[in-house]
Amino acid sequence: MHLTVTVNGTEYTRDVEPRLLLIHFLRDDLGLTGSHWGCDTSNCGACVVWLDETPLKSCTMLAVMADGRRIRTVEGLASGGTLDPVQRAFAQCHGLQCGFCTPGMMLSARWLLDRNPNPTETDVREAISGQICRCTGYENIVRSVLWAAQNGSHA
Amino acid sequence: MTAEQGAHEQAGAYGSLGRKEDARFVRGQGTFVDDIALPGMLYGTILRSPLAHARIRSIDVTAARAHPQVEAVITGADLAERGLAWMPTLAADVQAVLATDKVRFQGQEIAFVVARDRYAARDALELVVVEYEQLPPVIDALAALDPGTPVVRDDLPGRTGNHIFDWTAGDQATTDAVFAAAEVCVGGDMIYPRSHPAPLETCGIVADFDAVAGRLTLWSTTQAPHAHRTLYAMVTGLPEHKIRIVSPDLGGGFGNKVPIYPGYLCAIVAAMVTGRPVKWMEDRSENLMSTTFARDYHMHGEIAATRDGRILGLRARVLADHGAFNATAQPTKYPAGFFHIFTGSYDLQAAFCEVTGVYTNKAPGGVAYSCSFRITEAVYLVERLVDMLARELAMDPAELRMRNLLRPEQFPYTGPTGWQYDSGDYPRALSLALDLAGYDELRRDQAERRERGEYMGIGLSFFTEGVGAGPREHMDILGLGMADGADLRVHPTGKAVLGISVQTQGQGHETTFAQIVAHELGLSPDDVEVVHGDTDRTPFGLGTYGSRSTPVSGAAAVMAARKVRERARIVAAAMLEVAADDLEWADGKWRVRGDPELALGFAEIAMAAHSPLALPAGVEGHLDASAVYNPPNLTFPFGAYICVTDVDPATGEVKVRRFIAVDDCGVRINPMIVEGQVHRGLADGIGMALMQAIVFDSAGNCLSGSFMDYLLPTAMECPSFELGATVTPSPHHPIGAKGIGESATVGSPAAVVNSVIDALAPFGVKHADMPLTPANVWCAIHGRQGRSDLAVQ
Amino acid sequence: MQVPAHVEYDKATSVEHALALLARYAPEARVLAGGHSLIPMMKLRLAQPEVLIDINGLTDLCHINLTGDQLRIGALTRHAQLLDSQLVGEHFAIFRDAERVIADPIVRNWGTVGGSLCQADPSEDLSAAFAAMKGTMVIRGLDGSREVSAREFHTGPYETVVAPAELLVEIRLPVRPGGGSGYLKVARRAGDWPVGAAGAAVWLSGDIIADAGIGLAAVGATHFVAAEAEEYLRGRPATEESLARAGEIAAESCRPVSDQRGPADYKRHLARELTTRVLRVAAARAREANQEGPA
Repeated sequence: MHLTVTVNGTEYTRDVEPRLLLIHFLRDDLGLTGSHWGCDTSNCGACVVWLDETPLKSCTMLAVMADGRRIRTVEGLASGGTLDPVQRAFAQCHGLQCGFCTPGMMLSARWLLDRNPNPTETDVREAISGQICRCTGYENIVRSVLWAAQNGSHA
Repeated sequence: MTAEQGAHEQAGAYGSLGRKEDARFVRGQGTFVDDIALPGMLYGTILRSPLAHARIRSIDVTAARAHPQVEAVITGADLAERGLAWMPTLAADVQAVLATDKVRFQGQEIAFVVARDRYAARDALELVVVEYEQLPPVIDALAALDPGTPVVRDDLPGRTGNHIFDWTAGDQATTDAVFAAAEVCVGGDMIYPRSHPAPLETCGIVADFDAVAGRLTLWSTTQAPHAHRTLYAMVTGLPEHKIRIVSPDLGGGFGNKVPIYPGYLCAIVAAMVTGRPVKWMEDRSENLMSTTFARDYHMHGEIAATRDGRILGLRARVLADHGAFNATAQPTKYPAGFFHIFTGSYDLQAAFCEVTGVYTNKAPGGVAYSCSFRITEAVYLVERLVDMLARELAMDPAELRMRNLLRPEQFPYTGPTGWQYDSGDYPRALSLALDLAGYDELRRDQAERRERGEYMGIGLSFFTEGVGAGPREHMDILGLGMADGADLRVHPTGKAVLGISVQTQGQGHETTFAQIVAHELGLSPDDVEVVHGDTDRTPFGLGTYGSRSTPVSGAAAVMAARKVRERARIVAAAMLEVAADDLEWADGKWRVRGDPELALGFAEIAMAAHSPLALPAGVEGHLDASAVYNPPNLTFPFGAYICVTDVDPATGEVKVRRFIAVDDCGVRINPMIVEGQVHRGLADGIGMALMQAIVFDSAGNCLSGSFMDYLLPTAMECPSFELGATVTPSPHHPIGAKGIGESATVGSPAAVVNSVIDALAPFGVKHADMPLTPANVWCAIHGRQGRSDLAVQ
Repeated sequence: MQVPAHVEYDKATSVEHALALLARYAPEARVLAGGHSLIPMMKLRLAQPEVLIDINGLTDLCHINLTGDQLRIGALTRHAQLLDSQLVGEHFAIFRDAERVIADPIVRNWGTVGGSLCQADPSEDLSAAFAAMKGTMVIRGLDGSREVSAREFHTGPYETVVAPAELLVEIRLPVRPGGGSGYLKVARRAGDWPVGAAGAAVWLSGDIIADAGIGLAAVGATHFVAAEAEEYLRGRPATEESLARAGEIAAESCRPVSDQRGPADYKRHLARELTTRVLRVAAARAREANQEGPA
């Protein structure tokens, strides 16, 4: 069926099967491979993208459910070639190793900071508690998000 | 927070440099195997056995082949025609690629369906009809050798039972004598349950066969691309120079991406059969249920000591569950890996261990998950035993350890099972950990809390690792010696490209290896590009696992860089019209002795090396060099960990409050990256100790086949880690580095378990097996020790 | 490869439209709200509906409001909305407690209250919480609405009284003065389903328990309720002794089963421990509320 969706500001129209998962639509149909899938059961959060204003796990959503709506992926985090503070923070604080969970982590972090510009460590841990990182023990992810909060201007 | 002692002046290019890799990853521009899409690419998916043990009566693929989107359906019979129904494992056993006779574990590969898209491939799986004759499964490893138990591997000629091997280390008679004479002897049974490395990216491959050129290109999730290429050549009969393996960005590995899996071979065959590229990616359940697991050691350990706390001896008897095929990935000479390093960090008189491997109807594997070839199991055993001894002697566990740790002057130290530890200052590391923890204050706090009915535990673990396998004369995998190459090309403008055989899965090789070369040549790390993960562009070597990248490949990079530096010296001498012997290397330049201002930097020399400049006879110009590093010995990182937990005895809940980790991995090339590696391992320890286990019911169903049931720690279970460092360089490594990738995974589980058992001491609990879930903690308090590797009864 | 089987898809534009679609396609249709229970089941092909009826556009089912002495929660309310609602937090601390430990923040953004209740997982925290609060479910069919007590909503594991052509549209909760509530859960890890969980509400008259509600998840409580324990508490003082006894009674009424979360006797023990603990929390909050006086 017909699907029109705006991803990172670009409108796409595609014919898709209703059963197509949003993560596969983004990766295979649109070639936006920055979002990953890691678990199939909405436990790991590698597939987190934003639907309109909130993050969700795109392995557990059908692409057709996004019809007429906006999606934001890691490819849409930077604006006009300028990295989001969260992106700078992850590089600055060694908040990533293999890079597989990183896009989802950064999208959750951005959402947290939009709602809570001065989070505590506990706030950060709760915000990413639905996402698995196998590399960092979360230590430097937490530091990254706190760094982004401190150095948060997009300039 | 980091506290450091004994750090050498690490000028030059070493230091906590930001990673080169991050630029692409923070933009979502990494290239993982599933990101690769080739024109005309097909998708393969595997039909797997729902049963743990059954004879296959028939496989009917007619309907699946008739599916309009399906391009091929491959069965074991099809593979048998090509001689590929079975493949060798890394432990010199054979493993079914697609089952022909029997299925031997739940999740075993039966057929490979190739279709034009993923969804259609999945649909067509349901059209394959398999008739099974169910057989009784062998699930409990402890019963695998009982008479009358079904034989898992009746495919092996003459086999009448499930026994794989017996292996011993140490001197039994001496050890028994020490135990017979000892004043105190304690011990017990411990299960190190089966766990799974579970990298966030599952395993997969894209296979592309160019029939005209006879060339096979594979983009594969492999930690060992060169070893895989050789094995594919041996298995498929394709000439090795016609095989190229690209291991692009890997979403973690932790040992899961060392073996060759049936899916890889199926994709290769499918690419040949269809003439089109074929992608195969596991889903999470497939990853957890069929790819290499870790541990699954049923251990009985004993420790002998004097009444005043002098450790005298250790004994261990282990039953190792290897699953349905013996597919452990370790140096071939060592069927129990490096388990016999189980004497740990202590000065003792005698030790003896015996390990028996058995087949069961479970997924194959055993050596994986940052285990340093089973040192994880060894450290857990000895550190639990030391705590049991402390309890028996009513001695503080820190004091007992301090009293028995090897002293700095004893190095190099040869242990009772044959290891020669290179260097260490163990008391310094333990003292630092105790200081960081505020140990005495913690103990006082614990006593006060107990008065109030609060149960806080303090758990210690001291570990010695052996990494960087290894010396070629002792260590090989299927005949491939464990030396690694490095290939350093220097461009005329002084920029360098380093090709390495090892493969990053997140460890940051592109940064640290650039730092290594830059440090040797007086360059900026920005001037060094590191190429890895492409067998056409890099020298041979066995890959990244067992914490071997820095100890082996890092050393190869150093040696190549030093060769380049020596060539540069000849060129510099010609440029300055002095004898090469008159030059000395200082502060990143070749300088004339006695006139240090007369000096040449690397870029100037590189340009000259490519210029018409006249060079001495026998020197051809250019600066490129390569090296192969054959390590003289393993390196032996060590560390002291302290875990503080709070336990609610009424619910069994455990909360990790603090985790203090002091690591000594020798010289640190990039301390930031080293610390990141430690963080990961500490989270692993929390996971394994408290929640991670692959469990089976009596029918052989895997009860841990998804992330809903195989629980990995989140940010909520991990405290903010408190790290410390000591630096004791390895005397035999060219830059004194020892490797860090697995230290914390090896060392931390025992600290967590010791902490929980310490918290439960008032209830008389002396041991409980991992994972210490709320239920298992509650059962331990109530004197019930169940089997944590089997279904809850 | 975990992907759903072929399925048709239709987007409901109103409750009436959704009901008409259900009537047309039931029983082969499934309502798609947050999808966090249904889609994983479809990916495993344990659920293979022929038609999905997407109700995410029915924003009139997303409300949380106070009508008279009733709090009304639309079935399409997301977990995050329930957690963030000041109105809910003010009157029903139990939901704030429960929602904080249901799944994770990202799942809560999209998963719905109605979806969780209709999935009827025996471990569902919200089912226990609504049962404790003696909520009422409003179910719409083409013929009109009917109301069912939260305590009669679930007919068994994964089964509810909602007929194939009906839709849960709203949950109503009586707002009663003098009450306090809470929720406690033991899980193996953040975001996991409960090993055992208990929610409680206590309404005090002085220090006498005028009424109590106890909801239990994952421990085999019939309709998620510990009715005998509630009955025991009515008219008794909210002393440590009576709360502890209520915990014992609650545990006796449970029929837990052993699984990887724990053996049955441990779960029964948890039912007792958590019931007593959460009753303490609820009673303390009720006392606090009573001291502050009626708002």
